[in-house]
Amino acid sequence: MEKVSVWDLPDVPEGQLPSHIQLQRTRVHCNPDAPTHTENVQYSGAYSSVGVDNSLQLEQFRKNFRVEVIRLGKEDMEFDMIGVDPSLANAFRRILIAELPTMAIEKVLIANNTSVVQDEVLSHRLGLIPINADPRLFDYKSENDDPKENNTIVFKLHVRCERGGPRLTVKSDQLKWLPNGSEFSLETSAAKSTAKPKTYTTFHTSQETLHDFSKKPIAPCHPDIILSKLGPGQEIELEAHAVKGMGKTHAKWSPVATAWYRMLPEVVLLQQVEDERAEKLVKTCPVNVFDIEDVGKGKKRAIVARPRGCTLCRECIREDEFKQDVALRRVKDHFIFTIESTGALPPEVLFTEAVKILEDKCERVITELS
Amino acid sequence: MEQGTVEDPSASTFTLTEEDHTLANSLRFSLNQDPRVTFCGYSIPHPSEARVNVRLQTTGDPASEVLRDSCQDLMLMCQHIRGTFDQAVLDFTNEKGLEDMDIKK
Ligand code: SF4
Repeated sequence: MEKVSVWDLPDVPEGQLPSHIQLQRTRVHCNPDAPTHTENVQYSGAYSSVGVDNSLQLEQFRKNFRVEVIRLGKEDMEFDMIGVDPSLANAFRRILIAELPTMAIEKVLIANNTSVVQDEVLSHRLGLIPINADPRLFDYKSENDDPKENNTIVFKLHVRCERGGPRLTVKSDQLKWLPNGSEFSLETSAAKSTAKPKTYTTFHTSQETLHDFSKKPIAPCHPDIILSKLGPGQEIELEAHAVKGMGKTHAKWSPVATAWYRMLPEVVLLQQVEDERAEKLVKTCPVNVFDIEDVGKGKKRAIVARPRGCTLCRECIREDEFKQDVALRRVKDHFIFTIESTGALPPEVLFTEAVKILEDKCERVITELS
Repeated sequence: MEQGTVEDPSASTFTLTEEDHTLANSLRFSLNQDPRVTFCGYSIPHPSEARVNVRLQTTGDPASEVLRDSCQDLMLMCQHIRGTFDQAVLDFTNEKGLEDMDIKK
């Protein structure tokens, strides 16, 4: 920045921050060596000496907050969240990863496993399979609860590779949903009872009659996840019990493959870059952020065409040549949010649920205070 | 869940159990934006204990009241975020639906 005497600076209107402070407040400055002004000024009285109120007005927030959906697919979405503090954006990200419940296989009853994959490894693989069931329709199962239709989903896997046949690949679509619960009977009851033998679950009704499960049967989200391979004569027979859980207990319950955000990059040309230098600047950027504009009379000028693609690699300001011309910044309150769902719930539902969970947390504190 | 001096209600430390940075950092943000707050910060005493301590000092109002208002604010913000997000998704799908129809025509 050019050095000027303080007397030559223009007067700043009352109730407004001087432009350089405003810039420090709203942008991270990505310098060649390290970023500066990375902090967020949250304290309401931070600028009271210059007569600026930094407090949060709900009305102001409502006016400034915007969401723009960029991409929305079945399993992933990208959207811009504008006008929100990083603490909130981060809270949503953390909730998405660790505190949104899903269903995942927790208990595996193995009757027979002669495959090369050991029991515990097979169980672990089963646990990580995303299950296409809406977790909101189920309850948590605590230690002492009986496995019932409202807290457990039971799958059966029974595959056998016949002698003389080719080898088999066991895939996730061979997991069969048992809406009536476990079919394995408890040993103790099998000895004496004449009535229906007791099994590992106590379902009162078939899950098929509940909700919309008959129309949309419960199954793994992806049919082609390889679980094991069987050689001739080998067999797997097991039952897998899925329960509701949260990502903070084990990552298998995380509803997202990942969820992340980045701040919007801002690339600014501080001075005109012309002709050969413009060509050179365009070439330095590996992701083509800059472009050339003709200004007539054979003159050319560099412009910033695609700042969103900037990866902040700092290649353009690595050499001294363009250090004075290019400013790299990040907008502190503009988040490019990406959610990749594992398939149980669509990404837009996941985000709404995450916001609801933060609301619930606040509500809990409020009720405990009053 | 509240600790702190009995004589001076304007300064308190609140212990939130079963919570972590997710709520504490958001709360610190919304508390710091309240002009009645002179100091606010939080700490997690031990990483394997699920609790956070939120320290709050105010200009005079009871700290618990200020905390409650901040929670309320945070909740309203969340509600607004949810509403805006749902609307944006709806607009996006509607627009895309229209585009798809155009292609078929
Ligand atoms: S930082 Fe890297 S990606 Fe961004 S404009 Fe410079 S060269 Fe291009």
